[in-house]
Amino acid sequence: MGDPLLNGGLTLAVALIVIIKAIIVFAVVLVSVLAMVVFERKVIGHMQNRIGPNRAGPYGLLQSLADGTKLFFKEALLPDKADRRVYRLAPFLAVVPAFLVFSIVPIGGSITIAHHTTELQLADPPWGILFMLMLSSIAVYGVMLAGWSSGSKYPLLGAVRASAQMISYEAAMGLSIAAVVLLSGSLHTSAIVAHQYGTLHFRNHDAYLPAWNLFRAWVVPFIIFMLAITAEMHRPPFDLVEAEEELAGGFNTEYSSLSFALFYLAEFMNVVTMSGIAVTLFLGGPIGPRILGHSVGPFWFLVKVVVFLFIYVWLRATLPRFRYDQLMDLGWKRLIPAALGMLLFVAAVRSGNRTWVIGVLIGIVLAAGLLVRALSMGERTNEIESATAGKGV
Amino acid sequence: MGYLKGFTISGKQFFQKTVTTQYPEVKRPKSERFHGRHVLNRYEDGMEKCIGCELCAGVCPARCIYVRGADNPPEQPVSPGERYGFVYEINFLRCIHCDLCVEACPTEAITESKLFEFSFTNRNDAIYTKAELVVDDDGNPKHLPWEDWHEGDDANTSGWVRATAPNGVAAAEGRPLWSGELGYGVRPAQKGQSDPSAADIPADWDISLREVEASEVRGAGVSTRVPQAPATPEGNNDDSPGAGH
Repeated sequence: MGDPLLNGGLTLAVALIVIIKAIIVFAVVLVSVLAMVVFERKVIGHMQNRIGPNRAGPYGLLQSLADGTKLFFKEALLPDKADRRVYRLAPFLAVVPAFLVFSIVPIGGSITIAHHTTELQLADPPWGILFMLMLSSIAVYGVMLAGWSSGSKYPLLGAVRASAQMISYEAAMGLSIAAVVLLSGSLHTSAIVAHQYGTLHFRNHDAYLPAWNLFRAWVVPFIIFMLAITAEMHRPPFDLVEAEEELAGGFNTEYSSLSFALFYLAEFMNVVTMSGIAVTLFLGGPIGPRILGHSVGPFWFLVKVVVFLFIYVWLRATLPRFRYDQLMDLGWKRLIPAALGMLLFVAAVRSGNRTWVIGVLIGIVLAAGLLVRALSMGERTNEIESATAGKGV
Repeated sequence: MGYLKGFTISGKQFFQKTVTTQYPEVKRPKSERFHGRHVLNRYEDGMEKCIGCELCAGVCPARCIYVRGADNPPEQPVSPGERYGFVYEINFLRCIHCDLCVEACPTEAITESKLFEFSFTNRNDAIYTKAELVVDDDGNPKHLPWEDWHEGDDANTSGWVRATAPNGVAAAEGRPLWSGELGYGVRPAQKGQSDPSAADIPADWDISLREVEASEVRGAGVSTRVPQAPATPEGNNDDSPGAGH
């Protein structure tokens, strides 16, 4: 595995190609964010029987550019009580990981420039998907430090919510990714994609389903992953971090001008890159039928990502925000046990040993029963406590 | 699967028509009784209707009206009565266009036009005095440089608007209970007071309102039946059943 570009050692031409690729990825991600902002506002507008932005440029396509320009010319405020260095650093801690995640996403196919063949993927490190987990952990720091260094109570509350939420859902996300890694046997994102070619076979019969990890991992890890990344990106309905109605904006309340723009950028960039990651992990990335005999990986990749983006906007247009205890309940009491159970199940199925499969299934049923029992006991205790509270019983 | 029901709703909305009006380019039709900028009306002979009673100032919740009455000079009376509005000022930075002054006025002197697109670059411009409020010699509101008047904004800006309520008592239909005014005389009653379906052409955005209005609301003076003209021997049927002069 690895990019064939680097097989011949590092020469000047190779270094140039890598730099050009980095710049192109940077530009593509940046433009995709601008497009995503307009896309979201237009789609959500139509879902609410409105038109959405339509003043800046044709059909309002330049709206996000206009917003960015406006933010650029605003005054950069620094609160009196802010911790200056951390306050300045935090937006970059949020935006840099968001940029970097896209570097491990394979867009599909390869390209030959000046006798050098290279994959359409900026980097294919051996730790592949772990890189993405690592960066999403660093992004927590961006949010947390922003809230803490603002020297203001609402950002602090937003930051506390954010760090708790992101850490809780990272566990479920990691476990659902583990199922995929188990199936592919590799952390390389390119290997994960390569493993999803072809169609599924069930007991030597063609199941007429693409061999995407979505189906190979029995769908549940995909749903858990979707929920977890929605919470990771603090998108609705998990947007408690920046609940305008409760926190006056959340962790970024005290930010203005460019530093606010960076947070905004990071948020939407995460939506795009995480959609890319989800497509890579579960929907076969650039895999799709050939069109007119040509392999059009980037096209299928784009189609799948846009479908994801639409789903996120749809979620936002439909669902009200979770309450904080509901969020934590969903994360710890449902998603993590479910992800754990599915990981065991996928592992057992992969082992090919029927005894293991049956054993794991029995174990899951038992554990689920115990969990449900424990949850109902906990709820009953809560009810008794709240009913007898302050009565000296 | 109740969780997914919400998604079908927002998904369906996506394909439905948007209701946004492109405001500066396209303007929604204004209702007959739109509350806009005020005017001070005059009688047919040019006399001002205002008698300086200050009821409008008293009822104004925003306290934006300032009135000072004075005795009419005997040789050159301004209004037909004993007193007239010597000073009349409305501060449009405070006015909330609630129309209470119009309802309070005993002589239909103050009414509202349909103009709302006006803005000032100077706080003093926001205080309209008699010079701006009183209608001109043709009985039309004066147009000030910062006001954006449009077709129909100055239509029926008189006591007529207040007196011909759509839910008016059908028995009183066609009997003018309002005074004449400069340039227009006594305006005819509005058509179709007792027949909501024949009322002024409903704009598409208030059709539902009309439907509610046209449903059974008996006792409030509204009958859903189209009133039939009395079968008089002369056969003097008016073409519009609600219209009478």
